[in-house]
Amino acid sequence: MGSMVGASVVRKEDPALLTGRGTFVDDIRLPGTVHMVFVRSYLAHARILSVDTDAAQRLPGVLGVWTHADLDGLPATRSVPGMERPCLAKDKVHFVGEPVAVVVATDRYLAADAAEAVVVEYEELPVMASVAAATAEGATPIIDGLPSNVVLEQQLSATDAEAELAAAPHRLAIALVNQRCAAVPMEPTVCLADWQSSGLTIWATSQTPHHMRNEIAQMFGLSQQEVRFVAPDVGGGFGAKASFYPEFLLTAELSRRLRRPVKYVETRSENMTSMVHGRAQQHDVEVGFDDEGHLLALRVRITQDCGGWPDSTGIGLPTLTSFMSGGCYRIPTIAPSFRSVVTNTTPVGSYRGAGRPEASYMIERVVDRVAAELGIDPLEVRRRNFVQPGEMPYATQFEGIVYDEADFPGALDKLLEHVDYAALRAEQAQRRADPTAPLLGIGFSTFVEMGGFGPTPLFEQFGYVGGWESANVRLNVDGSAVIKVGTSPHGQGHQTAFAQIVADRLSVPFERITLVHGDTATVQEGIGTMGSRGVPVGGSAVFKAATKVRDKAIRIAAHMLEADESDIELADGRFSVRGAPDQGVDMAEVAVRAFKPHLLPDGFDLGLDETAHHEPSNLSYPSGAHCCVVEIDRDTGKVLIRRYVAVDDCGVVINPLMAKGQIHGGVAQGIAQALIEEVTFAENGQPGTGTLVDYTLPSAKDLPRYETDHLVTPTSFNPLGAKGLGESGATAAPQAVVNAVVDAMAHLGVRSIDMPCTPQKVWRVLQAATRNGS
Amino acid sequence: MSHHKVRITVNGTAGEDEVEARQLLVHYLRETRALTGTHVGCDTSNCGACTVLLDGRTVKSCTVLTVAADGGDVLTIEGLDEQGEMSPVQQGFQACHGLQCGYCTPGMVLSATGLLLEQPDPDDDAIRTGIEGNLCRCTGYDMIVDSVRWAAAHGGAGTAATAHAAHAEGKH
Ligand code: FES
Ligand code: FES
Repeated sequence: MGSMVGASVVRKEDPALLTGRGTFVDDIRLPGTVHMVFVRSYLAHARILSVDTDAAQRLPGVLGVWTHADLDGLPATRSVPGMERPCLAKDKVHFVGEPVAVVVATDRYLAADAAEAVVVEYEELPVMASVAAATAEGATPIIDGLPSNVVLEQQLSATDAEAELAAAPHRLAIALVNQRCAAVPMEPTVCLADWQSSGLTIWATSQTPHHMRNEIAQMFGLSQQEVRFVAPDVGGGFGAKASFYPEFLLTAELSRRLRRPVKYVETRSENMTSMVHGRAQQHDVEVGFDDEGHLLALRVRITQDCGGWPDSTGIGLPTLTSFMSGGCYRIPTIAPSFRSVVTNTTPVGSYRGAGRPEASYMIERVVDRVAAELGIDPLEVRRRNFVQPGEMPYATQFEGIVYDEADFPGALDKLLEHVDYAALRAEQAQRRADPTAPLLGIGFSTFVEMGGFGPTPLFEQFGYVGGWESANVRLNVDGSAVIKVGTSPHGQGHQTAFAQIVADRLSVPFERITLVHGDTATVQEGIGTMGSRGVPVGGSAVFKAATKVRDKAIRIAAHMLEADESDIELADGRFSVRGAPDQGVDMAEVAVRAFKPHLLPDGFDLGLDETAHHEPSNLSYPSGAHCCVVEIDRDTGKVLIRRYVAVDDCGVVINPLMAKGQIHGGVAQGIAQALIEEVTFAENGQPGTGTLVDYTLPSAKDLPRYETDHLVTPTSFNPLGAKGLGESGATAAPQAVVNAVVDAMAHLGVRSIDMPCTPQKVWRVLQAATRNGS
Repeated sequence: MSHHKVRITVNGTAGEDEVEARQLLVHYLRETRALTGTHVGCDTSNCGACTVLLDGRTVKSCTVLTVAADGGDVLTIEGLDEQGEMSPVQQGFQACHGLQCGYCTPGMVLSATGLLLEQPDPDDDAIRTGIEGNLCRCTGYDMIVDSVRWAAAHGGAGTAATAHAAHAEGKH
């Protein structure tokens, strides 16, 4: 059997999903299930004067209507102390879409009818749907009891870098916006709760079942054993399904009261206003540099719009942005600070990359601006500032933020093997000279991000028990193996990747390995899937558990073969004695023997069933170099991506086919942020992008082909050497695209443009520049 | 709300049911016929997760009322494979990693199948146009395009879909 790790095997999970035999939450049928529908606020900021539920209560099929007052004692969802969000709005609504009441009826259509019949009387309050409005002089605090809308403010460095900036030969101020985006997993939020006397079972679209179980148990005062949380097949999450949503608690509470299973299925329109949004940061940057483009000092002031209620993960993201603000560069002084502001908009939480794409966009735009200012090639500025491979692991100025093994210049060199840079520059010059030709722009992104999330001290800050992951590997007596793992995938292919790891460790055929995940009743413990931790942390736990099983199996084999353990070899599912290959026993025989106490050494612990935890010694740091080549139509401003080339260093690649898929998906989201997507609110807080009609997701016509390649610098931070890569594409792509767009217009004096670079925006910039230029 | 009797054949199995006038076909398939492979991803007919074949043509089943499908013949993802063997399109998606979370996948597979019924050998551009109405948030589409091309080279729409289309043709 050849090595499975590193092989492009097709996925085990696919046949079920491809034949309609997967199990998403809404596919689960429990007899007697009733349906919950929300009455949501249509105002962004208002006091609730009254909720009249009488008419709704009387409609056919309705089992009840509840407001906050009817659910006394139902706890709020966890957040920063003093900022906890009630499950249903208490006296005030903070954003359009905030739930005010719930209706339960025997059928979805009837429940929706009844929700329409609930009459809420509001007294409108001044709406602050932007950071500017929420921080204006005299702005009303949105959260009762707080002095202002600035809920958190922090300086993450000893200095504000003023002295270093003043001393630098050049100093440049840059304002950057990382616009609000929506995660839009194709499956919206769904949950089904069934409260029996034995306890509560809840099936829900979540990335973190164990964490959700812990939260729910605590909120209801139950033991963790009494709550079973199941995340079956989950249709995408992208970070947004890591948050705790009030519907989980509400369906549970109503199931308890009604003694029936209660299901909630979010509509897409609801999803667009109630699932956490991502990004939503403004950066006021000052950079000091010398004549050669060496970066000397960087000051970054981050303003985060955290929406109507601070999300417990969302509130922590500017810290990650701050930690990563230096990118892959050696900058002597970095001074990040941030403030988080509550506004009358949808709460902001994690979205693919969560805090790091914002940093990467910032520093990569800064590098390009420095290059433009000095008239130096942007690649040259990068090269002059890179942290060098010999300096790895590289301790940044932020405690605990240590970049692992990487080769930043090497990734760029590899990228340039795919891209004939000189030819592109020549073509660009030609195009500029010909007013009928579309403009050509070349953009780069040399990036580093965080993957393999843990360790525990960091994760505790986000409210998790720990940052480790757990796995159990059992060898069945028929020689097949089953893995239980605490990560809970939503498209990442853990079933396949982890089976590859175990196939190699135990020499068991890949086809005979099964994965169990996402169910707190069957999986021992877990943290979840986010922060590119699946393979680096979950996979490492699997590796360790499999190693324990292997060690134990070797002991048994040695006993059976009357040989020394150190002489036992395992290959092709068979144990043999070194030097005597015909003497051997196969894995299934060993598995059976594991249950025969009279044929084993005294005191042998029966069975081949081992659990292991992996606590990462630190985060890992995937990095890479991406290049985007764009064409801009001079008449319409439309940006066409002509080429997108990605070189990624995610350390050891377990399955190149799936790795490619992850990079594609991430890059697609990054391109979409650069060109298309933006969540908007009117001044009165009305969502401008509340459906998929208004919030344009890219279709197959909007996205290019991607070219991918890898540089493999294994990390020493985990036994697999894998750094994770789920978020790399989304982290790397926005600035590659925007740098290319700006580059295409650079000769006209254009130095910046805000995302998304829509045709209209590009056309305006182009018009203004042409007028000024000529 | 008025109720109506409908006769709809799904994946070759006839059914006679009483449905509400406002019921959407996607809910009929999922709830009444218990075929949960067809998914709902939006409420504006933008995502394509609910795509099925109705009388030989791809439709978004969230925009079709059940009563409008009366007398019709529907092919859903559950009816595409033949005796346990996946159709070429399904196989192509697995071979080329054209899916990740799998939520858009049934709709995407049906759209691709519909495309191959009309154009057995589409180029990349035609494939992208053909699946333009189906959103996928996971894959970035490139490998979906590969999957469809793979299917075109390995049997196209497949026997179940071809038979379904031929039957529809006969009815017209
Ligand atoms: S559910 Fe039918 S198009 Fe989205
Ligand atoms: S595979 Fe997840 S939406 Fe397409």
